[in-house]
Amino acid sequence: MAGLAVLALADGSIFKGTAIGAEGSSTGEVVFNTSMTGYQEILTDPSYAQQIVTFTYPHIGNTGTNEEDNESDKVWASGLVIRDLPLLASSWRNQQTLDDFLKQRKVVAIAELDTRRLTRVLRDKGPLNGCLLSGAALEEGGKEKAIELAQQFPGLSGMDLAKIVSVDRTYSWEESVWDIREGYLPPAEPRFNVVAYDFGVKRNILRMLAARGCKITVVPAETPAADVLAMKPDGIFLSNGPGDPEPCDYAIMAIKEFLDQSIPLFGICLGCQLLALACGANTIKMQLGHHGANHPVQNLRDGTVLITSQNHGFAVDGDTLPNKLEVTHKSLFDGSLQGIERTDKPAFGFQGHPEASPGPHDVAPLFDHFIKIMESHSNSASITEQVAASS
Amino acid sequence: MVKQGLNCALDLNRHGILDKYNVELIGASCDAIDKAEDRELFDNAMTFIGLETPTHGMAHNMEQAHEALEKIGFPCIIRPSFYPGWYRRRHCLQQREKFDEICARGLELSPTTELLIDESLIGWKEFELEVVRDKNDNCIIVCSIENFDAMGVHTGDSITVAPAQTLTDKEYQILRNAAIAVLREIGVETGGSNVQFAVNPADGRLVIIEMNPRVSRSSALASKATGFPIARVAAKLAIGFTLDELRNEITGGVTPTSFEPTIDYVVTKIPRFTFEKFTEANDRITTQMKSVGEVMAIGRTFQESMQKALRGLEVGMCGFDPILESGLSNAKEVLTRELNEPGAQRIWYVGDAFRQDWSVNTIYDLSGIDPWFLVQIEDIINCEKEISQLTLDKFEQDYFLHLKRKGFSDKRISQLLAVTELEVQQARQAMGVRPVFKRVDTCAAEFVSSTAYMYSTYEEECEAQPSERQKIMVLGGGPNRIGQGIEFDYCCVHAALAMREDGFETIMVNCNPETVSTDYNISDRLYFEPLTLEDVIEIAELEKPAGVIVQFGGQTPLNLVKRLEQAGVPVIGTPPDAIDRAEDRERFQQLIEKLNLKQPPNCIVRSVEESIQQANKISYPLVVRPSYVLGGRAMEIVYNEEELKRYMQESVMVSKESPVLLDYFLSSAIEIDVDAVSDGKQVVVGAIMQHIEQAGIHSGDSACSLPPYNLPEEVQNEIRDQVTRLALELGVVGLMNTQLAYQDSEVYVIEVNPRASRTVPFVSKCIGRSLAKVAARCMIGKTLEEQEFTKEIIPNTYAVKEAVFPFNKFPGVDPILGPEMKSTGEVMGVGTTFAEAYAKAQMGAGDVIETSGNAFVSVRDRDKDAVVEVAQRLNSLGYSLVATHGTAKVIEAAGLPVIGVNKVLEGRPHIVDMLKNGEIQVVFNTTEGKQAIADSSTIRRTALRHDVYCTTTIAGALAVCDAVEFGNNMSVYTIQQLHAELH
Repeated sequence: MAGLAVLALADGSIFKGTAIGAEGSSTGEVVFNTSMTGYQEILTDPSYAQQIVTFTYPHIGNTGTNEEDNESDKVWASGLVIRDLPLLASSWRNQQTLDDFLKQRKVVAIAELDTRRLTRVLRDKGPLNGCLLSGAALEEGGKEKAIELAQQFPGLSGMDLAKIVSVDRTYSWEESVWDIREGYLPPAEPRFNVVAYDFGVKRNILRMLAARGCKITVVPAETPAADVLAMKPDGIFLSNGPGDPEPCDYAIMAIKEFLDQSIPLFGICLGCQLLALACGANTIKMQLGHHGANHPVQNLRDGTVLITSQNHGFAVDGDTLPNKLEVTHKSLFDGSLQGIERTDKPAFGFQGHPEASPGPHDVAPLFDHFIKIMESHSNSASITEQVAASS
Repeated sequence: MVKQGLNCALDLNRHGILDKYNVELIGASCDAIDKAEDRELFDNAMTFIGLETPTHGMAHNMEQAHEALEKIGFPCIIRPSFYPGWYRRRHCLQQREKFDEICARGLELSPTTELLIDESLIGWKEFELEVVRDKNDNCIIVCSIENFDAMGVHTGDSITVAPAQTLTDKEYQILRNAAIAVLREIGVETGGSNVQFAVNPADGRLVIIEMNPRVSRSSALASKATGFPIARVAAKLAIGFTLDELRNEITGGVTPTSFEPTIDYVVTKIPRFTFEKFTEANDRITTQMKSVGEVMAIGRTFQESMQKALRGLEVGMCGFDPILESGLSNAKEVLTRELNEPGAQRIWYVGDAFRQDWSVNTIYDLSGIDPWFLVQIEDIINCEKEISQLTLDKFEQDYFLHLKRKGFSDKRISQLLAVTELEVQQARQAMGVRPVFKRVDTCAAEFVSSTAYMYSTYEEECEAQPSERQKIMVLGGGPNRIGQGIEFDYCCVHAALAMREDGFETIMVNCNPETVSTDYNISDRLYFEPLTLEDVIEIAELEKPAGVIVQFGGQTPLNLVKRLEQAGVPVIGTPPDAIDRAEDRERFQQLIEKLNLKQPPNCIVRSVEESIQQANKISYPLVVRPSYVLGGRAMEIVYNEEELKRYMQESVMVSKESPVLLDYFLSSAIEIDVDAVSDGKQVVVGAIMQHIEQAGIHSGDSACSLPPYNLPEEVQNEIRDQVTRLALELGVVGLMNTQLAYQDSEVYVIEVNPRASRTVPFVSKCIGRSLAKVAARCMIGKTLEEQEFTKEIIPNTYAVKEAVFPFNKFPGVDPILGPEMKSTGEVMGVGTTFAEAYAKAQMGAGDVIETSGNAFVSVRDRDKDAVVEVAQRLNSLGYSLVATHGTAKVIEAAGLPVIGVNKVLEGRPHIVDMLKNGEIQVVFNTTEGKQAIADSSTIRRTALRHDVYCTTTIAGALAVCDAVEFGNNMSVYTIQQLHAELH
């Protein structure tokens, strides 16, 4: 029988289960995700850095894992908490079982616990810091150790994780979206030069940009505005990422510069929050973050409802928006702000995940919107010439 | 049945009636329906949006067949058009030489010389998505469903699981996008639809199988599986609301309906079949749906959910019970067939295959069931092996919990340990291994749920939060089956509503997703649980209800009564002892004697020899049946010793434990059904119903008239008196149904059932009072006086209830009526005369009686006198008479013109030829005795296939004459009008 594992929360709650994945100890903010598919994408999403994620759906690992479904090159979540690890992975796409995937990547995980009870605790109390303990570490320290470690975790408020998860050098992105027969497609004919700030970017964002004719250069989080401007971008993309946006002053400053220069800007999740901060709004830590793939978001311009993928614990405070920032989308679950657009500048952001992966594709048209504003902003200058010149 | 309303609406539209009265068809568009149902239009629409449908072709000769093959390739499926006996799976072809041979045979067999050739998707995975769309083009997926059975089994007959288990997010989103695109392209502007996909397990290739542009059976399941009420929402969308304007009631309106439910449990649906009722039918499950009901179970894992569903199905299984006879010499052949050509019991054969150490791969190759499911069944079987090596005293708390978390029932564990269920239950409870109850909340606990829709599981936290209020718990009826259908659900629902109106907190327990009782707003608290002793007791011990009502859910909850009482559960209403007195043969006989009533001579036998001896005392004909059955299971009429012997030896396994009942058969009696209600002191007759078919036809299959149409008033009064005395003597508190027979000026009591009956909803609709509500109130101590229900209400109109049969789903089955119940539904017709009511009931049942042309008459010897009246009436109605030679002689002798025709065995041209040629418009055929029935069955089967109205009793024939005579001049009333006249 598999070894014992515990999950301790900072409030002293203890959940007992079975150790899966790697044995050892791991701490982080415990969050739940209600998506029934896409565990591999979620585990490899850099926005989950320093978070222990639990899935509300009980069977996690049904389709195993494969090389195509990674959203980055590693597992960023600090730990995984599930109800049941299936006996077998069944999918023509499976290359490695979830258990082996976790072991190989040294991810501490736990199964067989009442994840619904855990979810209800998190729902009622908000995200709590926690610690996963298994194997020798558990034998030595016991559950008291786990509680102690959970309490020692500093929490995500005020924590700038973007620069930690970001790349350390600039690179270009050459892959387009996934096709069930062909796998990842080659990028479309380049029409725009786009610089993407990597605050913890998900690959599918870059793929969706590439599919729409963007030639993408990914830059580290702390890249100064001047360096980016020197690349003569048609548009700048501000990625998703983990942690609190407020401490990311370097990014906020850069964004202010881009706004001044009227360069088309598109921000997703953390990128959207950074855009709001750069415009003068405030952000807040949410009592109950959004983590799921079923969230209804209303487009306030036409009233339509979009089902979106969500993953954020911080949000733009709707009461602090400056005049020139229009609210374009709001959550129908809690009324929180989901989309913003500058009325005077070609800049907009979306709090949820239009790139999905995992989740519904309803908000994908926002990528087209980005293309459109780049198109209308690029005057009559031949874009292909620009691209040719810069490469 | 969903289709009936739809087809009616389409007809109204086609004939311009809707336009004429300026009525708008909402919630469904005619164009959308055409586009979805016409195969070519659908294919074109799918191609237009870039989705694949299975390739297929049609051929009228070999040349065309080869052309089609060119396009489709191997493997392919060949089907002759309009030839239902063709079994699909066998003709999934791989090679050329077989292709020619089978096409040639198929062309010959098809009455239209037409072959359908399809790309074979057998073995592919099947998925369904339930989509809802509003007028603003907002689309949501309410639920994804994965079929446990691979392609080749109708989704209604498949075991299905929600949510989909074996799709990566990338694949799931492709399905999601496709489903929404299909809705938009087909043009479903508002409402729910169901889109079905086949997915090739080897490469994920996706093919659209079909879409239903309306709510369907799957939407009902999806609603119960997620807590999202699809039909309710669809209705509101149809009148112009949008999804974001409607609130999600299950979260108390905190969230809107414009979201996608997410679930944190696994739902399993298993269909219920009744092949035992249709023994001549092909019992393999294919693309023609044959199941009559279903069970749904909720568990935190697939294993738990599956094992709960198995025991909730009520087919005598409490989990993965073995069904393969031990020591069978051809076990391998049997298993291979059962896995490769699935039948109703395939799931247990999968278990047996693992017991025989078959590998997951072998079973997968034969069945196409995804290894993800198979490996979990293998694990369950391995656990079973482990348990059977242990003894109960070796069980530790952790191990018990480990088993319960996999869904093992106490009963299954007890079987494996060879101890009693009670011992296991006591040991488990002593160790504190008890279930907790989690809520179905549409949102996986993301939001607080104000709705108590619950299921049991073995976890840490219980969310039941029982209140301190006075509670009444109602036990439902479980899966629909022949003999126990939605009539009982009606009673459960009304009981719950009445108790709520009276200020009690109401608790419903049921596991049938097709019912109203499992709507979360019918009761205050809904437990979606199997109706087994273990599951019910756990709920009762948690909730501590003041009373539990068991007499409304049919036989299912009644079977639990004794043991519930022993466990200290407060069962209210008629005392269990009264039920026993009515059901126990000998005690019932004493009761009849005590009250000085009559019953047909009868006896109980425990061996073949005894039966022959006793039969000679009673004399033939005899009604024979096993004791303790509902729905006339295995009931037959035998006319001589030879038939009796055959029955005793072949049809039932008679033994000391399962005796057989013999009753003298009142062959020319009028049968009467009476529903009555009693508070223990007073008895009020709900209604007296006269059967139209004479005795010998199961009461559930017989049409009946309320009030009686030709039963003398003094006989009715005698019946009232007898029923009242029976109810008082038994101490009935609640409902009682009595079946009686009237023959030769004598009233006989056939059967007394101190519980709700199939006719309670019919009676309630006729008399304008809900008998179930009245009865429920009696059970909590309200007198009939207090309820102002002290006098029988006799309507001044006639109502006829007619049974509806599934014969056309079972090619090869003889549509003859008999003592075994076969109907799956019923309709009601109301008129100022019996004839009008009967004519309307026939129309409602979907039967068209041609009013001119040739009437074929062939009757058994016993009916030769009675047939003259039928012939005279048919003659005067303008039919030309055609009869088999024996019957023709009798008709001729009565001075009526008649054409003689051969029976099938007498050589061609015979009656079946005439039917096939469309030369017969109505069939009146009575027959008796096993051989004669078999010989004449082709007549009835052919009539059925050619939609020729067929009745198999003299009484039915006379009623048909009444209906034809009445003609088409029908009046229309609302039921409210009728009720207003009564009160």
